[in-house]
Amino acid sequence: MEIILSAAIGVLTASGVYLLLRPRTYQVIIGLSLLSYAVNLFIFGMGRLRVNAPPVLEPGGVGDLGRFTDPVPQALVLTAIVIGFAMTALFLVVLLASRGFTGTDHVDGREQRHD
Amino acid sequence: MNPNEGNGTIEYAGKLLSVFILAPFAGSLLAIFFPPDQRGATAWFAGAIALLCFLVAAGLYPFVTSGGVLRYDIAWLPELGLNFTLRMDGFAWLFTVLVTAIGVLVVLYARYYMAAEDPVPRFLALFLAFMGSMLGVVLSGNLILLAVFWELTSIVSFLLIGYWHHNAHARDGARMALTVTGTGGLCMLVGLLLMGRIVGSYDLDVVLASGDLIRNSPLYMPVLILVLLGALTKSAQFPFHFWLPHAMSAPTPVSAYLHSATMVKAGVFLLARLWPVMAGTEAWFWIVGLAGLSTLLLGAYFAIFQQDLKGLLAYSTISHLGLITVLLSLGSPLAAVAAVFHIVNHATFKASLFMAAGIIDHETGTRDMRKLGGLIRYMPGTAVLAMVASAAMAGVPLLNGFISKEMFFAEAIETHQANILDTMTPYVATLAGMFAVTYSLRFIHSVFFGKAPEDLPKVPHEPPRWMRVPIEFLVLACLVVGIIPAITIGPFLHTAIVSILGASTPSYSLSVWHGWNLPLIMSFVALAGGVGLYFLMRNYLATSVEGPPIFRLLHGQRIFERVLVTLSWKWARALEQNLGTRRLQPQMRFLVFIAVTAGALPLLFNHFELPPLLVRSIDPAFALLWAVGIACAIGAAILAKFHRLAALVLLGGAGLTTCLTFVWLSAPDLAVTQLLVEIVTTVLILLGLRWLPKRIEDTQENELLSLKVRFRRLRDFLLAVVAGGGVALIAYTMMTRPMPETIASYFLERAYKEGGGTNVVNVILVDFRGFDTLGEIAVLAIVALTVFALLLRFRPQADSLEAPEQQRVQNAFDDDHPDRNKGDSVAEYLFVPSVIMRWMFPVIGMLAAYLFLRGHDLPGGGFAAGIAMSIGFILQYMSGGTRWVEERLRIHPLRWMSIGLLVAAATGIGSWLFGYPFLTSHAQYVTLPIVGKFPLASALFFDLGVFSLVLGATVLILIALAHQSVRAPRAQARAMRSGKEAR
Repeated sequence: MEIILSAAIGVLTASGVYLLLRPRTYQVIIGLSLLSYAVNLFIFGMGRLRVNAPPVLEPGGVGDLGRFTDPVPQALVLTAIVIGFAMTALFLVVLLASRGFTGTDHVDGREQRHD
Repeated sequence: MNPNEGNGTIEYAGKLLSVFILAPFAGSLLAIFFPPDQRGATAWFAGAIALLCFLVAAGLYPFVTSGGVLRYDIAWLPELGLNFTLRMDGFAWLFTVLVTAIGVLVVLYARYYMAAEDPVPRFLALFLAFMGSMLGVVLSGNLILLAVFWELTSIVSFLLIGYWHHNAHARDGARMALTVTGTGGLCMLVGLLLMGRIVGSYDLDVVLASGDLIRNSPLYMPVLILVLLGALTKSAQFPFHFWLPHAMSAPTPVSAYLHSATMVKAGVFLLARLWPVMAGTEAWFWIVGLAGLSTLLLGAYFAIFQQDLKGLLAYSTISHLGLITVLLSLGSPLAAVAAVFHIVNHATFKASLFMAAGIIDHETGTRDMRKLGGLIRYMPGTAVLAMVASAAMAGVPLLNGFISKEMFFAEAIETHQANILDTMTPYVATLAGMFAVTYSLRFIHSVFFGKAPEDLPKVPHEPPRWMRVPIEFLVLACLVVGIIPAITIGPFLHTAIVSILGASTPSYSLSVWHGWNLPLIMSFVALAGGVGLYFLMRNYLATSVEGPPIFRLLHGQRIFERVLVTLSWKWARALEQNLGTRRLQPQMRFLVFIAVTAGALPLLFNHFELPPLLVRSIDPAFALLWAVGIACAIGAAILAKFHRLAALVLLGGAGLTTCLTFVWLSAPDLAVTQLLVEIVTTVLILLGLRWLPKRIEDTQENELLSLKVRFRRLRDFLLAVVAGGGVALIAYTMMTRPMPETIASYFLERAYKEGGGTNVVNVILVDFRGFDTLGEIAVLAIVALTVFALLLRFRPQADSLEAPEQQRVQNAFDDDHPDRNKGDSVAEYLFVPSVIMRWMFPVIGMLAAYLFLRGHDLPGGGFAAGIAMSIGFILQYMSGGTRWVEERLRIHPLRWMSIGLLVAAATGIGSWLFGYPFLTSHAQYVTLPIVGKFPLASALFFDLGVFSLVLGATVLILIALAHQSVRAPRAQARAMRSGKEAR
């Protein structure tokens, strides 16, 4: 499990970073989204991977704590997902506004010779 | 201090000190609200505040006599030794009276000086703020507080000098004054911090008692230099004197107040204040003495050659401040007495002279001495007053300037240290005294005598009666102090001196006649020489250009500007050009590179061991899932440039895989949220795609790619692989380690007991870490508003304006068929799915309600419910179009957001009502008909706020973007119309 998830995080990060370094704004927005998947999975993974152990208690009692996975990274990631959406939205609008003002979708607001 | 008075009275009097800070600053705030045309009322108001401060100061006099000290402490940051301490001793009292009394007179003067078109409330508000800052400097009992008020005087004086901000000279002069005094103030702050470190306290009383400690400290030199930089820049001492003449673009009341009586005196005030703990060393003598002597002489010399009345007075001020500085440099108690006395004397005669210069400017329209002359015929009263005041400036007997100047000469003769500077002092002093006589005589003679002025901008006449009253008052003071000093200023001066010198107060006599002695002879030499010099130079001065010969070529201002340009423009530009870039990609590359290096270094240095790879534990289904996910990610990366839609779909694939991973690995809440956010994100980017430029893949591009581009892509690829590999490695290492004891058990144990919910993730979000969540939804609201604001001003590119190709084809089809109306095909497109989507609205609403209500116990909650509901709305937009939806539904995302934020905050505040900290929650179960038993914690209301805000923010973002396609055709129509009109 761990090896697959870490490989997945690695590939998501690599694709995201590569796109971040590209010249077109759309590439950067896709890159940021891929990178945020990677980061969310990474933080989530810090609570270790457990199957069939959601942190949802039985009504009435707690019982054995070992039956539940760590809820803290999940709480962190949950807000991160929503904030990530907000960030994507903001970036998308900035990108569109920049295109409207400068006439190009290059990240610098003007075309470079070759990229 | 009267020993019979109880401690209670002293404490009460101490509290009164706060009046000196509160009244001016509060008055300043109030004065802003006076209507601009209410000159009289505002002046009455400001004058009343200054008078109040003056009367309080007068009333406090009995407490500061014979070394008494009043204190008022308010703890500010006591752990750091920072307290708001006000402290008044005799010296501070003398300054307080000076600042407030001249303040009253200046307000009265300004009432008549300011023109009808000048916004007087702004002036007086700034004036009061300045008075408060100056009183703060004088009364601070804490070194840091002193530095704070010190900088405040710099800032307010900047605003006052630049009061006529339409005038470029005023702006430049203000900026220069701020740069010089502000820089000095920063140096002084460092010096005072060091001093506090030496002493171990910032309290002024403690500092003043630790003179030996400071003088013997190895840090004495840096402290001395830094503090002197502050004092000498503020008091316009050579070589920092150049800002003062340029500050003369200020309105004359400002010059009369700031540049004679108060602000420039702050520097010498500080020198006198710290005199007991810093003076007496050789370094002090040399630095302060050299600066003072050169300022004294150069200021007086430059003053002779000024053509501007105020310029002459400015250089004279510089010179007199130099005189005070010299006196303080000598390190002898008698010299300190003379210094304090001259501070008072100079303030009286210089303020009155500035006011007189203002009257002349006001009534004739010019301040140029070459144009003025013979004014005694038109304004005899003003002429007499100015003559007396400038005689005091020249040091003519029976006036106050004479007495302190005699004391200065007497001290100059004394040998304090056996070195050349000390030997030179009497000669320099006499020479400067001679120059002072020359410029004073020039001031009077060229303005009031000689032939009558021709073609003046105005016909000169006496000013309004009350405009002259402040000058009369000050000139009277000059006379009275000059004739009977011992019984007028004597006791007050003594009080001030005792508070500085304490036990070492020397015996001195304030009298006009000390017999025939050397200082008197020096005075007569200066008088006779000065008169002679004036009549020699008179013809030259009558026509010369401004500024002294030779020195006039050396413009302090130009040097200052060169330095500024070099520092802030040339060097900054060179740095930016050589080290910086405006391009994003190199910056990003640099960031990633630094992050990778910073991540790798600790691993390399701490003997990182790769954990064994556990291939056995692989679940084939999970592996297959991520094989698809990885392919999606790589595909998105490759296609993002030329096939945006495909890249978006693949991105969604990777997101879906992430979502399934959450399901698999016991994170149902995350899975729900991720799935919903995935939908919204896809819709969002789809809406944006339309406004991006067309990009058609050039099939031959690959062959044409230059080597450079290939190299760049390879480098980025390698960097990305290294970054990804590193993250994967760290993730794997972390995940295969055993789990240490964490705070997880804390939350698991208390979630039900204290939070009243079984879904621990949700309880953490809305209860344990509710404050964080409040912050996060606030961020979400801010982002949504920013998106909204940005889109309000959105101007799409021309090539994105026309209708999409599909719509054009559909419209063309309608045009070709006579039985169809244009737009029918567009409306009927995907008709069945859109009907289904319309009917989905209540279903989705139900789902959102369900997610919301179960959130506290089972996966769901406000975040998920909010996004789900917003999907319901956006589906309506997709099926029916913007207009259709908004005719039928009330969509007020801004209102929903504000309600959400208010509800969440109100829930938090609600717990205060029950005496608990912010956001403490209370939980119990309630049973509702139909719904059944569900948890009703106060956190539920908080979650309701989260729901409302998330819904509002998401809908606002999506709709703002969707509205662009409605706006665009309108914009297009507008563009076509205006095009037709142009033709």
